[in-house]
This record gives sequence, structure tokens and C-alpha cells, in this order.
Amino acid sequence: MSRFIAWIDDRFPLTKLWEEQWGKYVAPKNFNFWYYFGSLAAFVLVLQIATGIFLAMSYKPDATKAFDSIEYIMRDVSGGWIIRYMHSTGASAFFIVVYLHMFRGLLYGSYRRPRELLWIIGCVIYFALMAEAFFGYLLPWGQMSYWGAQVIVNLFSTVPYIGDTLGTWIRGDYTISDVTLNRFFAFHVVAVPLLLLILVAVHLMALHEVGSNNPDGIEIKKQPKDPKTGIYLDGIYSHPYYTIKDIVGVVFFLIVFAIVMFFLPDGGGYFLEANNFIPADPLKTPEHIAPVWYFTPYYAMLRAVPSFFASQFWGVLVMGAAVVVFVFLPWLDKGAVKSIRYRGSLYKTWLAVFVVCFLILGYLGTVPITVWGQFTGGWADALDTKDRATWVARVLTFIYFLFFLLMPWYTARDKTKPVPERVT
Amino acid sequence: MRRARLFAGIVLFAAAGAALAEGGPRLLTAPEGSKFEREAALQRGARDFTNYCLNCHSAQYMRYNRLTDLGLSEDQIRDNLMFATDKIGNPMTVAMSRSDAAGWFGTAPPDLSVEARVRGKDWLYSYLLAFYRDDTAPTGWNNLVFPSVAMPHVLWSLQGTQKLVETEYEDGEKAEAAAIAAKGLALIEPAPGGKFIVKTLAEDTPGTLSPAEYKGFVGDLVDYLDYIGEPAKHERINLGIVVLIFLGVLFTLVYALKRSYWNDLH
Repeated sequence: MSRFIAWIDDRFPLTKLWEEQWGKYVAPKNFNFWYYFGSLAAFVLVLQIATGIFLAMSYKPDATKAFDSIEYIMRDVSGGWIIRYMHSTGASAFFIVVYLHMFRGLLYGSYRRPRELLWIIGCVIYFALMAEAFFGYLLPWGQMSYWGAQVIVNLFSTVPYIGDTLGTWIRGDYTISDVTLNRFFAFHVVAVPLLLLILVAVHLMALHEVGSNNPDGIEIKKQPKDPKTGIYLDGIYSHPYYTIKDIVGVVFFLIVFAIVMFFLPDGGGYFLEANNFIPADPLKTPEHIAPVWYFTPYYAMLRAVPSFFASQFWGVLVMGAAVVVFVFLPWLDKGAVKSIRYRGSLYKTWLAVFVVCFLILGYLGTVPITVWGQFTGGWADALDTKDRATWVARVLTFIYFLFFLLMPWYTARDKTKPVPERVT
Repeated sequence: MRRARLFAGIVLFAAAGAALAEGGPRLLTAPEGSKFEREAALQRGARDFTNYCLNCHSAQYMRYNRLTDLGLSEDQIRDNLMFATDKIGNPMTVAMSRSDAAGWFGTAPPDLSVEARVRGKDWLYSYLLAFYRDDTAPTGWNNLVFPSVAMPHVLWSLQGTQKLVETEYEDGEKAEAAAIAAKGLALIEPAPGGKFIVKTLAEDTPGTLSPAEYKGFVGDLVDYLDYIGEPAKHERINLGIVVLIFLGVLFTLVYALKRSYWNDLH
């Protein structure tokens, strides 16, 4: 075996690559719960690609056959329902894992110097993932697929002057049609997954270059090396320590995943929406169109922004800005420390408020704007029934942006605690 | 006591909100049949579906021979559930064309393969119990759960006929209390002058089945619709238990392995 490896190493840097990227990669020894989600995201990506390959074998990207072919997979293809449910549950799981992974970055200041580029690549992965999910959601060709895509493509049609042309260019038709389905299929199964794989590889290379942050926000590379082991005092080799720890994480994740997939594959109507079991009908607009849950915070913002100068474009700008603003975090955060463990109450409060805003916006995005129409009395009477939720969404959107825009101010003024020399 | 009253008030308020927000009556809960009787209930549902539904409604993703899932042999299916020229491997389609149907009913009857996944069992159960005579409707029938529905009450000979009962109440709270007291389908609608009308159903003429038998009949039918919505559901749940047991064992093993590796660190 070792002669075989040596033979390869003479011709390809196999051992070198393995050791640099994982085997001899030194990571801080104090990773906690929040550090599972990176490896889990990679695991879910592989799961989605593997199940996606099998789905593509029986799926038909054709407006007259797409819906039927999904039911064919669910009924007549051996094991088809397992593969399909793994893929549909996996899509939501991917976003849950990625949101928690990003939240970890906010908790421990993982985007701070020297990891700015690592963070930006991560943001680009998030954008690509959103595109991947959007293209994929059209493929079942149900009512929500169809009208969700209609709404999202119409966002581009709000761009001044070129909007209509742009919308037609994206769809390849004047409405969402067979042409659109085919090109979305191409993006979903080839273009975006390829991009995602490359970006994930780049993300990992950047991580292994700068080294991992940790829950204490201490740079272990600034520590002296242990004379016995020859590595940084608080560092351990990823292999076998994090290999086995991440495997524990994956198995635990699979337990939760299996509970959803086998017993609640609809995810309470959030993972698979009831309306999407009605075949797409271009002549029947559903009463209430909502995107899948992972887009709803941004959808709530889009709906909350009123039109100015007879253009809806402002809402689209706000929504876009809400996603892109994450990129600027490394330069907005002026805190003396990285980790929330040593931050003062200002940052902690703002982060908590931000999370609450994000969750409430997420909820509001799933329901019609008249959701709070039944409440009467007090403040509610001052507003029309359909304006109540809208005004709450406006205030929350405003706070969402304040979290970022005021960050240079409150992080710099925060009363931080001293950071210890060694990890705790 | 005061707190209890406040709590009751909040619950009523929330309930009223829910009833008004959804724009329909609170749905009845479809009965959960005994799991020992599951196959028999589904077989009855299959019989009733092919006899009463599968003339206007298709179930185009459901093949006849899939009914072997329910403990039926292909011969039994052929002899008892197939009335036309279909082959055993064919899907459950109907001869009525969609354009004809749209001409006759105003809208083509939907395919029922995945209807249970669209509407939910409770909706279907309530809907099939909610038909009443309405001489102003084109078919002579209306429905409390699906107002102005195009479908006539095809099960009327079994259920008999129901009539609509409207009672006016001074305020929403009293209307809500009356709707709850009705212990059945009840729709609250605002009326002019800040009043509320509670619409409920009452038996007019009896059918061949007693009310309890009819509910059982509809329960079987809804179970069957739920089954054809996802034929793999039963297998999915059974397999899920096996997978979870496997993952549970795997977890204890990998966790022990992790512990033993991490023991070398300090």
C-alpha cells in the first residue's frame, strides 16, 4: 500500500494535499456545538448531489411531463420516494445548516481579520445556494413552483428601463414556460452545482490557509509551539480528532434528518407546500403566494417596501441589500475582541435583536399581509387590517439594517472583557 | 378566577380570529382508524372510491395493481374494482374528457391522486359532510366548507339531505360561543349592523345510512384518498423506525469511538 501511495506521490501531490487540507491541519481544540455546521453543510451538499443524480434519471424537464414525472418517481420508481424525500428535506436542511453556520460566524467574529476573504467566499456560496434552490424549486412544476418563479423573475422586471427585456431574457419567453423550465433545469443540475463545488473547495482552501477561528476568538497561530508535539499549544490535528468528532455530528444530524424525512416529509407544509401538489396552471393565480421558508425573511422585506415613483424596484433593492450586506461585516465590526464570550452587552443585545427580527420577518414572509387583520383595539385600530403586518415588517427591516449600519459605532463602544492567552 | 376568565377570553379571541381569518368553518377532525383495521378500511375506501368517485374524478397517478398493497389479489381487483376496459397495470383514468366536464360542470373535476396532500384529510372529511340543499345553486347543492362548489352531492342517497340553518347573534363573542356549542361544522359570517350570522347544518331527510354510518363511510373514503396521495406512506413510516434504530446504535458506537480518541488529549 505504501509503495502504491509513494508511486502516486511521485506523480501527484496526494499525501501533500491530504496533509495540508486535513490530515496535518492544526485546528483549535475547543470547537463547540456551533462548529459542526461547516462539515454538515459539506455533507448535505454531497447528499444533494448524490440524490439529485438519481432524481435526474427519472425526472423529465418538460412542462407537460414534469409534474407527472415527480409522481412517477414517488410511486413507480423503486426507492424513488426515499430519494425524492432525501432531496426535498435536504434542501431545507441545507439552509438550516448554512444559517447556523453563518450565525456561528456572527457569534465568534469568524469573519474578522485575517478571515475576511474566507467570509466573502462563504457569502458567495450562500448566494449560489439561493440561486440553486430557486432554480430547483421550479422543477416539480406545481402551482407554487410556477408562481414563485413568476414572482422572483418579475423582481428583475422592476429594473428601470431594461426590466421587461431582462425578464423576457431570463425566462426565454413572455411567461414562465417550458423554455424556462428547461433552462432552470440546466442551471440546477449543471451550472450552479459546479459553481458550488468549486466555491466550497476554494472556501476550504482559504480556511486551511488562514486557520480556524474558535469560540474564544484566540489566534492559536500566535501561540508558541508545544516542544513535545511540535504544534501550537491549543491546536490539535484535524485527523483523527475532528474526523471522528464530525462523524458523530453527521450521525446525530442524520437522526434528526431521518425523523423529518420519514415522519414529517412535508415539514408541516414548509418543506413541501400543499399548493405544490397542484400542477402549474398559468391561468390560475393562487390566492397567496409565498416562497419556501428559507427566503421568507427577504420576501417579507420586499413586500414591506412601498413603491416610489410608480416603481417596485426599491423593494428589490432593499431585499438585495439585505442579502449582500453580510459581505461587509469584516469592515463594519470594530470590536476589540472577536468572540461573543468577551463582548459587552451592546453587541450581545444587537445580535439578539437581529436574530429576533430575522425570525419574525421569516414568519411574516410565509403568511398573507392580512395576517393580523383579526386583531382589534389599541394600536391596531390606527392601521388598516392589511397594513398592520406590513408596518411591523417595515420596522423590523429597518432594525435589520441598523444592526449592520450601526455596527462600527456599537462594537467600538462596547465594554469588552479581556481575552485569555489560552483557549478555555 | 379572574385570571381564568381572562385566559378564556384570550382563547376565545384567538379562536374567533382563527375562524374569521381562514374564511371557512373550523374543520372536523377526520377519524384515525384503528391500525389493526387499516387494510380493511382502505379496502372499503377503494370499493367506495371506484363506485362513487371514479366516474368523474380520475386518479391518474394510481395504478390498479398498486392496490395489491392493501392485501388484495390482482383477480380480486379485476373482479370487484374494475368496471371498464382497463388493464390491471393501467392508471385510474376516466372516460369523461376534461373539456366535456368543464362544459357540463363549469370546471373539470380535479384529479384526486394527490388531492389529500393539497387539502389535508380534515378538509376532505369536513367537505364530504358539508353538502346541503340550495335551490339557488345550479346543481341544487351547496357546501359549507367549499361555498358554490360545482360538484353536486353524489353521496346524497347515503347521507340524505341537509338544510342550512342561519342564526343571528348580536356580537362576535356570542356567535363564537354558539358555533362552538353546535359541535359540528359552523360558519360565522359578519352581518350588517355589526351582527354575526352562524351557519350550521341540520338533517332534512334521512339517507340509507345512519349519520354514524355515513361518517364511517366518509372516514374510509378519506383514508383511501390519503393512501393514494402517497402510497409509500405506510412503508415510509415502517422503514423510518428501522432507520432510526440503526442510527441510534451507530451513534452510540461512533460516540464511544470519539470519546476514546479524545481521551488522549489532556
